[in-house]
Amino acid sequence: MSDAVADPAVGRAPGAGTRALPARLTHALPMLRVAEREARIWGRLWHTSLLTGVLMPLLFLGAMGVGLGDLVDDNSGSVAGLDYLVFVAPGILAATALQAASGDSLWPVMAGIKWVKSFHAAAATPLSPGQVFGGWVTWTTARLLINATLFVIVAALLGGVPSWWGVLAPLAAALGGLAFAAPLTAYSAAQDSDLSFPIIMRLAVVPMFLFSGTFFPVDQLPDWLEPLARLTPLWHAVELCRGATTGSITLVGAIGHTAFLLAIVGLGCWAGTRTFRSRIAP
Amino acid sequence: MSTAVALAGGRRTLRVVERNSRTYLRAWPAFVSGFLEPFFYLFSIGIGVGALVGQLPGPHGPVDYDQFVAPGMMAVAAMNGCVFDTTFNFFFKYKYAKTYDGMLATPLAVEDIVRGELTWALLRGVLQSGVFLATMWAMGLTPSGWSVLAIPGAAVIGFGFAGAGLGLTTFMRSWFDFDYVQLVIIPMFLFSATFFPISQYPDGLAWVVRCTPLYQGVAIERSLVLGDPSPVLFLHAAYLVVMGWLGLRVAGRRLGRMLQP
Repeated sequence: MSDAVADPAVGRAPGAGTRALPARLTHALPMLRVAEREARIWGRLWHTSLLTGVLMPLLFLGAMGVGLGDLVDDNSGSVAGLDYLVFVAPGILAATALQAASGDSLWPVMAGIKWVKSFHAAAATPLSPGQVFGGWVTWTTARLLINATLFVIVAALLGGVPSWWGVLAPLAAALGGLAFAAPLTAYSAAQDSDLSFPIIMRLAVVPMFLFSGTFFPVDQLPDWLEPLARLTPLWHAVELCRGATTGSITLVGAIGHTAFLLAIVGLGCWAGTRTFRSRIAP
Repeated sequence: MSTAVALAGGRRTLRVVERNSRTYLRAWPAFVSGFLEPFFYLFSIGIGVGALVGQLPGPHGPVDYDQFVAPGMMAVAAMNGCVFDTTFNFFFKYKYAKTYDGMLATPLAVEDIVRGELTWALLRGVLQSGVFLATMWAMGLTPSGWSVLAIPGAAVIGFGFAGAGLGLTTFMRSWFDFDYVQLVIIPMFLFSATFFPISQYPDGLAWVVRCTPLYQGVAIERSLVLGDPSPVLFLHAAYLVVMGWLGLRVAGRRLGRMLQP
């Protein structure tokens, strides 16, 4: 960095002065360059990405919502007043967004920092480490939004989305995913090896996936576990998604869950800016 | 155990197994946490969703849903314990870590490597499902004495999937191809009569499910655990043994060509 500043040719580059103003005006936008890079790679591999990102949740919906759902409806009539398919669809939506978000925030981040070093390359441009972080999580969120939208469309065709508020469900799922992606990306950037990653997947992601009100209501959990489940970001995301797809959400509930998730996103971005700076700044 | 090792190829095979077990000792948290996933599914789907499902028809009268799901999860544990080592790890070792080039510089032959990897994956699968069975027993989910045979059952499942994993991985070109592993494993996991009985399917679809490899494993484990063994189980086992043997043959031939050009 200091070399570049000391180089007189760089300082006198033509147009340097005229670029300063728009650069300041679009202060937040340069990070989209990082997202653009990921989007272009995705453009080449979108078919496999969609296969795993959309087909997997739909398979869960088929097995749990339809296959198992018939048995549940025969036995219990309804779950929390809903058909099991309607109950489980938003749960799977939010839970698979969490799973995809964590997949994108562990190994690929380690690759960007340590293995392939693409984040270093990005930081060698006028982008700051914080902008590299911002671009990365922005792209993760965008991809979650694409996958969630497709999932909601198919779930609606299967009869799993009774309310028109369901159009907001992909946004809720993407926000829930971001609440996981931001802190986890911050964490991964600070690691020296990927040894802890499978453990995070198995001891944090999988239990949350299974116990945060996804497949059955949290009040069925043992008393000591229930408050814990309500503290997980996934539970808030599931509640938001379920409120949207069933149209049952209250204004207070929507604001409360959104605020909780946004607070985690904020913390994650703060931490991510710091860990990225310490790992990729020269 | 030593018999199994001998059957799989003898002392040199054992060296490969030893090498793997030593490297894994260093990464033991990752190894141990692998045991937990089937439990989480048992508690969530078996018990949580099970409370909503109630009872299902079993061979000797109705059974609770958790009793229905548990043997399915055991078959899944046997499969998962083998698949990771024989796909992702196997690929990483021959393509990037060059582990096998190192091994071939010793008296080991390609066949020893393939058998060693298979034996190691098999041990891991049997260990995972064995721990799972012990917990099922502690939770009162093993109503029949035939349950003991679910361990050799898990070994047969492990052999089938480990062999197939090794064989198919030799066709992988890059990490992107591993999306197909997920694409095969997850539908099998969800639809092989693991979570709901095969009677839920329309007739045509039920026959498709009956032809999938994991269904053979689920059928074996569920019949044994619920105390309903029949000669048909040998047919299910034969399917898995042939699948594993074919995979092993393919892996040995193709790996030999890839490592010794």
